[in-house]
Amino acid sequence: MIPQFVVEHSPALMVVVPLLAAFVAPFSGKVSHAARAVLVGGAMGITSLLALVLASDVYAHGTRIYVFGAGSAALAVPPDSGGIPVRIVFAVDQMGALMLVIAAVSSLSVIVYSLASERGHSGLGNFYTLFLLMVTGILGMVSTGDVFNFFVFLEILSIASAGLVAFRIDGGPAVEAAIKYFVLSTLGAFAILIAIGIYYGEYNALNMALIAQRMQFTLLDKVALALFVAALAMKCGAVPMHFWTPDAYSMAPSSVTALLVVASQASLYGLFRVVFSLYGVVLNAACVGWFVIVLGVLSMVVGVTMAIPQKNVKRLMAYHAISQTGYMLLGVGVGLAVLGNRPFLEAFGYMAMEGGLFHIINHAMYKGLLFLTAGAIFYRVGTYDLNRMGGLGHSMKWTMVFFIIGALAIAGIPPFNGFASKLMIYESVFAFNPALSVIAMVVSILTLASFVKVFHSIFMGPVLPEYRDVEEVPLPMLAGMGILALVVVFFGLFPSLVVDTLVAPAAHALADRGMYIAAVLSGGA
Amino acid sequence: MIGSLPYVAIVALLLIGLATIVLKQNLIKVFLGLVIVESAVNLFLVSLGYREGGIAPIYTNAPEGTMVLPTPQALTLTSIVIGVATTALLLSFAVIVWRKYGSIETGFMRRLRG
Amino acid sequence: MADILLVLDTGTGFWNPVAWILGAAVAGAIALLLYALGERGYKEGTPQEEPFLSGNPEPGGGLLHVRAGNLYWGFLDAMGGYYERLVSLHTGDLHDYVLWYMGISALFLVAVVVFR
Repeated sequence: MIPQFVVEHSPALMVVVPLLAAFVAPFSGKVSHAARAVLVGGAMGITSLLALVLASDVYAHGTRIYVFGAGSAALAVPPDSGGIPVRIVFAVDQMGALMLVIAAVSSLSVIVYSLASERGHSGLGNFYTLFLLMVTGILGMVSTGDVFNFFVFLEILSIASAGLVAFRIDGGPAVEAAIKYFVLSTLGAFAILIAIGIYYGEYNALNMALIAQRMQFTLLDKVALALFVAALAMKCGAVPMHFWTPDAYSMAPSSVTALLVVASQASLYGLFRVVFSLYGVVLNAACVGWFVIVLGVLSMVVGVTMAIPQKNVKRLMAYHAISQTGYMLLGVGVGLAVLGNRPFLEAFGYMAMEGGLFHIINHAMYKGLLFLTAGAIFYRVGTYDLNRMGGLGHSMKWTMVFFIIGALAIAGIPPFNGFASKLMIYESVFAFNPALSVIAMVVSILTLASFVKVFHSIFMGPVLPEYRDVEEVPLPMLAGMGILALVVVFFGLFPSLVVDTLVAPAAHALADRGMYIAAVLSGGA
Repeated sequence: MIGSLPYVAIVALLLIGLATIVLKQNLIKVFLGLVIVESAVNLFLVSLGYREGGIAPIYTNAPEGTMVLPTPQALTLTSIVIGVATTALLLSFAVIVWRKYGSIETGFMRRLRG
Repeated sequence: MADILLVLDTGTGFWNPVAWILGAAVAGAIALLLYALGERGYKEGTPQEEPFLSGNPEPGGGLLHVRAGNLYWGFLDAMGGYYERLVSLHTGDLHDYVLWYMGISALFLVAVVVFR
């Protein structure tokens, strides 16, 4: 059905299509609103389709290598190059494919939503340019096999996100949030660039697989590891480097916030890729693993406790995003801590990693959904202040249903998807260290308590006089939320299907460093 | 000793830049600190590729002898371009903060907290 | 095949979402049954339909709604010491954000170099 040509070149096309569309978007807006909607929506649809095609190909046939500037993947290492992959290489293994699925589904539903929610605003041409650049950055980050290329996509993503965070100036705070976010992420990017320079100086290579193969774990490598891990942990919003997250998440337009969640997950992917594929068992897995675990536990506890007293619904959800990131760090950190210990890894390490990765995809879906519902409420009510809301359940029934689905999923209530991944994390982490598991459960309870409060104050109670004539949001916004809600319910009802087909291969690909190296250096599986 | 002079300069620039970011209140100065850090990183990349007595890596009609490494130069160029975009965006943010808050001191920029 | 679709293996245990849903449906049916046994003989259009507020008139204009700021007051008050410290850490100052990031980087660097 899909031409072989498209499948073959999908890694390049999925970056090229949004990149080109991004720069055509402002011009199409000069023609008409409809032309821009068709262009932006169409480009995003094609991009998502390409990402899904690539992901399904990876799941069916193993790691895909795409070499820019060469006729075939077998030329990843040219014969006359002395064993160095001189070209820029995209290497998508099952872990990357998992991230592609997440990015494709979320960004598609977000664009459907934003075509309606942003319609009344000005500057839409630039908005969609930045939006599509963000998608480009995310897709590039999760598929590249080259550290410098990773940095470039990271910067594309940061610049586009900072622009979007500040997009609705809103009297200044949005720009304040963007400055905080952008100064930190620029510093982080420079740290990453120094690390890249260290790798290049030591190993004469920028290709991740080659660096991994030649990895000596010298003192300089330790410095590079610290720079990389701290920067990416900051970019994914781990406590205590999370301060930018609530600011940026609460000030960005809601559709953008839903995409910012995916951007954070892409940074998380980068963190895991560096720790597992670049270093693997070479590093002192227990030490780094415990560092990740401690960050995870801190994120869970501080995130959820800071969420409880919040008045701004998006700021509250942003703190929950931090808290949920903690679960992923916890799950994968446990996997990392036992990476060198085969029996432990088999007994619970893989399961913990699967739980953590499953939580990534679940979180992207339900947190995206929750931010979109917050945006829908803002669209009709014009405020994010929980104290000024109430009784909206009478008029915005579908939004309420979607909110309930998202809230129950994030709180880990069966049968929604958050429960499945949290159950995997609880049980496997319990085998590693029971105290961590108990903390994770307590955090889940606090999450539920917090969302009960949000639900009560937004939707319950009598119709407030000021919101008497509030209506349901337009259909495209409901459709965007509906896609995510369907995914949340589906993943909750058939968790094992998702785990077996998507998540378990990703966890094993992540833990198996040798396979990744061999796949890239031999030109694809 | 003289060979490691660039690295001394890099560390010095890094420290100056970071100190500027942390100690200066004025947003423009904070951004200039970022630019200094960026220069340090660029210097680091370029000096990685330097070979003593090397010539520019242009293959057409090149005389015999060692060439400096081209890859770090490409990286540096890319990083400079990204740095320009970053600085431009940050400065435009500063303009808006100046207009809306009436000050570009970081101490005034604390409406989002808690 | 049905097993793969329905049972989530969690390493030490398993979970079956469909069985859970069936259980929830049964519980819901019982609840609905009890609900259906409720009093039918009330008189429409009389004060019997109104909520019981000790005979006081029902406040209108949104006064009946408990706003978000009033929820969990007790929890926040009991945890006051914790929140005082935690919230005051979130200064909103750019410099603090940068310092935290640099501090954690340095800490991690030391940890990686020392623990070998």
